[in-house]
Amino acid sequence: MTDLQIMTDMSSKPETTAAPRANKLEVRNLDFFYGEAKALKNINLALASNTVTAFIGPSGCGKSTLLRILNRMYDLYPGQRAEGEVLLDGQNLLDPKLDLNLLRARVGMVFQKPTPFPMTIYENIAFGINLYEKLPKSEMDGRVERALRGAALWNEVKDKLNASGLSLSGGQQQRLCIARTVAIQPEVILFDEPCSALDPISTAKVEELIDELKEKYTIAIVTHNMQQAARVSEFTAFMYLGELVEFGPTTRLFTAPEKRQTQDYITGRFG
Amino acid sequence: MTVPAVSNSSEQLDRARALSAFKLGDATFYWLTRLSALAVLLILGGIILSLIVGAWPAIKTFGLDFLVTRRWAPQLSPSPVLGALGPIYGTLVTSLIAMLIAVPVGIGIAIFLTEFCPPILRRPVGVAIELLAGIPSIIYGMWGFFVLAPFMTDHFMPAVIATFAHVPILNVIFAGPPSYLSLFNAALVLAIMILPFITAISRDVFQTVPPMLKESAYGLGCTTWEVVKNVVIPFTRAGVIGGIMLALGRALGETMAVTFIIGNSFQITGSIFSPGTTISAAIASEFAEADGVHMSALILLGLLLFVLTFCVLAAARLMLARLEMKQGK
Repeated sequence: MTDLQIMTDMSSKPETTAAPRANKLEVRNLDFFYGEAKALKNINLALASNTVTAFIGPSGCGKSTLLRILNRMYDLYPGQRAEGEVLLDGQNLLDPKLDLNLLRARVGMVFQKPTPFPMTIYENIAFGINLYEKLPKSEMDGRVERALRGAALWNEVKDKLNASGLSLSGGQQQRLCIARTVAIQPEVILFDEPCSALDPISTAKVEELIDELKEKYTIAIVTHNMQQAARVSEFTAFMYLGELVEFGPTTRLFTAPEKRQTQDYITGRFG
Repeated sequence: MTVPAVSNSSEQLDRARALSAFKLGDATFYWLTRLSALAVLLILGGIILSLIVGAWPAIKTFGLDFLVTRRWAPQLSPSPVLGALGPIYGTLVTSLIAMLIAVPVGIGIAIFLTEFCPPILRRPVGVAIELLAGIPSIIYGMWGFFVLAPFMTDHFMPAVIATFAHVPILNVIFAGPPSYLSLFNAALVLAIMILPFITAISRDVFQTVPPMLKESAYGLGCTTWEVVKNVVIPFTRAGVIGGIMLALGRALGETMAVTFIIGNSFQITGSIFSPGTTISAAIASEFAEADGVHMSALILLGLLLFVLTFCVLAAARLMLARLEMKQGK
């Protein structure tokens, strides 16, 4: 059994019954720098297990930056650094000694634009699984099917699994990317404006999907669309100029925001 | 935009006149570009034609035997015996060895520059690679002759010969005695000469991979090697192969540097440590004192090189088309 499997097995144990909602991710006193420029200032928040947390705020407020810290994506670029603590199940994932590949297997990410790999639909899914497990063909077929079903894409592609992933429509490509992320059984899925390049129907499908995915995963989603945040999330964080202005249950934040800035933003009076 | 129903007719006339001046310019431009494009075809056709005319006496004398004859004896009387097998063999072997060395190293440098290199080093190394491409080939030839060849011959070749002395097949390929002037030394210089092409083109196409695509592969937990192997190279395959083919074209035709250190021997020994010749080196070293059928045979060699290069490029195109079909684009 690989480390990864052990981890996923541990996480899938229903510990939620003990405490109503354990915190999957905890961000503590987090600062982030692009070179000299401070992009995030003292962020503190926690993502509860099996919930959807939305991050809203004007462009450049740092919400995507925050998301990219949660799987250490910023590490790819020299000059970017984070200070503080981000705890995933109590383990600090800013620890420089942490195995990044393993972390990213636990914290999956879906991007603004669909990014299918230049290979077939089947291989797009099998690729991620192959990184961690060597499965016989029949078992792999099952895993691919399950992932595609999980992303509500199976019925549309089951007859053309050997077509290029690039031949799908934008909405299908985005669901393929979700399937690819789900296939390696992460614990947390980060969505960075997943619907910004999609038409309303595809958007509805992805939102439905997110709603189903929270049964198994902890989800963080960055969005510019406040209706979307209201529709899909249980918790919402409003960020402005690198600071976390307000964080709370979505219904409360949208109906009775505590801060003036939040109210201005969600009512469109911002600026 | 609102246009008045009835417009001033003299104003319209002015506009028409102004536009007609443009029309003439447009037509001129169209014909200029068309003539330039035709000029390429004319020049190409002219070169092929003059090569065939020049090579005709040799074609008549030797026929297809020219391709399979190993002997090159222009001074033989009453009639010289000339065969192209030696130069063809040398051309293919040196190019093959050069590619075997330059392709992995060149792509490796490109990967380092785009994926690992600290930004501070990226420009200097990149510029150095481009400068390498700008060095005249005669300088490579001299450096190969005075520096590289002696070093390899004194230190590298004896060790390899000793190592493989008792391994079948390899003991023929790496047979002694070591020679300053050899296929291997020529191939090594060729490899260094074509390296910048492969590196510069690969680096440029690697940079076209969308960062988000790479991030999504990293996001699945890929290592850099896995990202390069599964995303970057497949995504840029056409460009990389294009760069390799450009380099191969250069390697097949490179003359000066090779003429310096290949030895200009028409013998085929099977050992890459022995002297040999290439098509272009043979032409360059004998053209000055050739006449009659000998001269014609050299032109025929040139025609062969032309055909060889064309075949390589055509094969590359075909391979690319197949790859793209397989990828389902």
